[in-house]
Amino acid sequence: MQIKLSINGQAHDVDVPAASLLVEVLRDTLALTGTHIGCDTSQCGACNVLVDGVAVKSCTMLAAQAEGAAITTIEGLGSPEALHPMQQAFREAHGLQCGFCTPGMVMAGLEIVRKHGTRLTPELVTHELEGNLCRCTGYLNIVKAIVAGAAGMEAANA
Amino acid sequence: MKFGTGQSTPRVEDARLLTGQGRYTDDMARPGMLYGTTLRSPHAHAAISSIDISAALEVPGVVAVYTHADIAGYGPIPCLVPLSGEVKTPRTLLAGDRVRFVGDGVAFVVAETREAARAGAEAIWVEYEELPAVASIAAAIAPDAPKIWPQAASNSLFDWQVGNPDAVAEALAKAAHVTRLRIIQNRVAPTSMEVRAALGEFDAEAGFTLTTGSQGVASMRRELSKVILKVPEDQVRIITHDVGGGFGMKSFIYPEYALVLHAARQLGKPVKWTGERSDAFQTDTHGRAMESEAALALDAEGRILALKVETWSDLGAYQAQFGPAIQTMAGGRIMGGVYRIPAIQNLVHGVVTNTTPVDAYRGAGRPESAYIMERLIEAAAREIGLGVDEIRAKNLLTPAELPHANGLGLTFDIGNFPAVLERAKQVADWAGFPARKAAAAARGKRLGRGMAYYVEIAGGGGTEEHADVKVAADGRIEMAVGTQSNGQGHETAYGQVLAARLGVPLEQIRIVQGDTARMEVGGGTGGSRSMAFGGGAVLQCADDMIARGTALAEADLGGDVDYGDGLFKARGSNATLSWAELASRHPGALDGRSRYTTKESKPAPTFPNGCHIAEVELDPDTGVIAVTRYALVDDFGVLVNPMLVEGQIHGGIAQGLGQAVLENIVYDDAGQLLTGSFMDYGIPRADQMPPAVTFETLNTPSPTNPLGVKGCGEAGTIGAMPSVINAIIDALDGKQVEMPATPEKLWRLANAA
Repeated sequence: MQIKLSINGQAHDVDVPAASLLVEVLRDTLALTGTHIGCDTSQCGACNVLVDGVAVKSCTMLAAQAEGAAITTIEGLGSPEALHPMQQAFREAHGLQCGFCTPGMVMAGLEIVRKHGTRLTPELVTHELEGNLCRCTGYLNIVKAIVAGAAGMEAANA
Repeated sequence: MKFGTGQSTPRVEDARLLTGQGRYTDDMARPGMLYGTTLRSPHAHAAISSIDISAALEVPGVVAVYTHADIAGYGPIPCLVPLSGEVKTPRTLLAGDRVRFVGDGVAFVVAETREAARAGAEAIWVEYEELPAVASIAAAIAPDAPKIWPQAASNSLFDWQVGNPDAVAEALAKAAHVTRLRIIQNRVAPTSMEVRAALGEFDAEAGFTLTTGSQGVASMRRELSKVILKVPEDQVRIITHDVGGGFGMKSFIYPEYALVLHAARQLGKPVKWTGERSDAFQTDTHGRAMESEAALALDAEGRILALKVETWSDLGAYQAQFGPAIQTMAGGRIMGGVYRIPAIQNLVHGVVTNTTPVDAYRGAGRPESAYIMERLIEAAAREIGLGVDEIRAKNLLTPAELPHANGLGLTFDIGNFPAVLERAKQVADWAGFPARKAAAAARGKRLGRGMAYYVEIAGGGGTEEHADVKVAADGRIEMAVGTQSNGQGHETAYGQVLAARLGVPLEQIRIVQGDTARMEVGGGTGGSRSMAFGGGAVLQCADDMIARGTALAEADLGGDVDYGDGLFKARGSNATLSWAELASRHPGALDGRSRYTTKESKPAPTFPNGCHIAEVELDPDTGVIAVTRYALVDDFGVLVNPMLVEGQIHGGIAQGLGQAVLENIVYDDAGQLLTGSFMDYGIPRADQMPPAVTFETLNTPSPTNPLGVKGCGEAGTIGAMPSVINAIIDALDGKQVEMPATPEKLWRLANAA
């Protein structure tokens, strides 16, 4: 079926099977491979994207359901030369190792800021990360990164 | 900006990985690419009577279906361990007349889309004749157990022993006290977040190209070309881009890596296979999986007299590439750790079961040995009324006793174990524990404290490491290495080593890994060996570069030249030449290959060691635990990048903690895998970590390598398993508990009469 998607501010017309998941269209059809698949059961959060600003596991959503929404993937945040404050904080706090869960973790960080604002505590972030799995970092630096990234977003908007 | 070693330089990898520019294997796409999927056995043990692929070939989009008959000309995946003994357990790329575990590959379907490949696999009809399965060590070694390999005398394929059994028997008979434990080390799944994937391509002139996430392309190519594909090595190129975690498991060749190449050659198109998470749980090599009977003999004052360990190591259905080596050659000689033990006996039985093959997992035998010793020593302390710190202090080797031969073939070279122990107690606020315990008790919680003193043998592999440098006309330096980052940050760490030696900015350097066309030699990443061996190659290459540059500069400037701060400076004048100037004057003349180790000159291993202290709060009403404090002091030798080291520690602790309290691969008696997804197999989430990890180092540089590093990749896991379980046992007032210490087990123990 034909679907119109708005991704990172760009309009895309795609022709995909009706049962296609959003993550499959992002990766296989549009080659936006920064969004990852880490499980088959919606447990790991590696496929998190923002749909109208809200973090969604893109393996739980049909591409057709995303029609009309503004989708942001990891490619739509900062660039290697100009990282988004949340991305910058992950770098500074060593909040990533293999990098596979990282796009989903960055999106989870943005979701925590959306829900709770920019002044976060480690306890809150630790609790809110219940939907994301990481096997490399032991999470402590991810928590640190999200707290710092939130503060960085506030500073950038000041 | 200049960076040296010893600084927590942010990683050069991060900019791409944080912006979606990383390149993992499944991110690769090629025009006309086909997709493969593997049909797997639903039975743990069965004879294959027939396979009917006709319906699969009718599925729209299906291009080809391969079964064992089509690929019988290829060699099996080799077991590289000499002690696998008389009985060979060849794992063919697809099962022939028999399947031996749930997940064993039966057919490989290639189609135009992933969906068509899956539909094709579902349309294959396989007639199985079920055979009795042995799904546990106990079932496998029972009298009259069904045999997995009919030519073997039993399912126990080999015995391996080191040490002095006579002296141990004598000490056990005479000792004032003997502590005995039966210890189970649960089977776990490595669980890299990136599931394995492989892209196969074939070109009539260049041969095969495999793109896959590996832990080192060179050794993988050697076995894949010679043993499996049976073509010359130069007809196979292996490329590894970014790797989403490996933990040992991605060191190995899996059937799909050869199957995509076969299909690509047959069909004339690129073929990609991407595993699903259920493929990973079923077919990625598992770790640990062993049961031990252990005895520690002590005199009346708590001095250790002897250690005896007998282990049944579950190998899975096939002896994997390094599988038989894990509890033996890799980890069996470090049994007993850095304690003064006059007599040690370590006996290992290698047992096959109808389960997924078992191989190296973070630590590969070293955590298992440390876990046994650290459980024993705390149980002994409790039994004879010594503090767990006192018994260790009494038995740890002192610096004056080093070097020390442990009687199992290892010589501990350097370290200050008692000082590390003392410092760890300070960092953990050892003295404050009684007050914290009382405070917890006032809240109805039981606080327990556990310690572990681990030693690791690192960098034991003897494969040679080279570094190969190219200097571009603009002065940029590209250096290829033969190890492989799986997330550790080698591009940054090697870059720091090179930048510091050359005195040039890190930005001028690019580290290249993972392409046999650029670097065809190297032992890859494993055993915490990369910085000790790969770092040595980088240093050697830097020194050779400076020598070549100095010779060229002396010819150009007409006199003696000194090198410093990235410039070749004429002595007695202010004339200088930069790397860019030299490289543009003499294209290619600065380039070259340096060899650090050779097959003949194996450097000695290093012995990272340290002391972990965990505090665990148990809620007796629910059996739920929380790790409330975690502190450790390690001796890692020289640190290249302390931030990366701490990251390895955090992640290592998470994996050890996961094994201790959460993770467990479970098969039922028929060999069905009951934990095949993240819904049944728990890995730690953020809220299961301690709120903080207090980490310090007390380093003695390793004398075995020019950087003085010891390796840190596995250490966190090794210390975490015993320290967490010992803390839980302490919270249970000494009741022994096996991993994973789940709330149900703990509730029962906490509330038992």
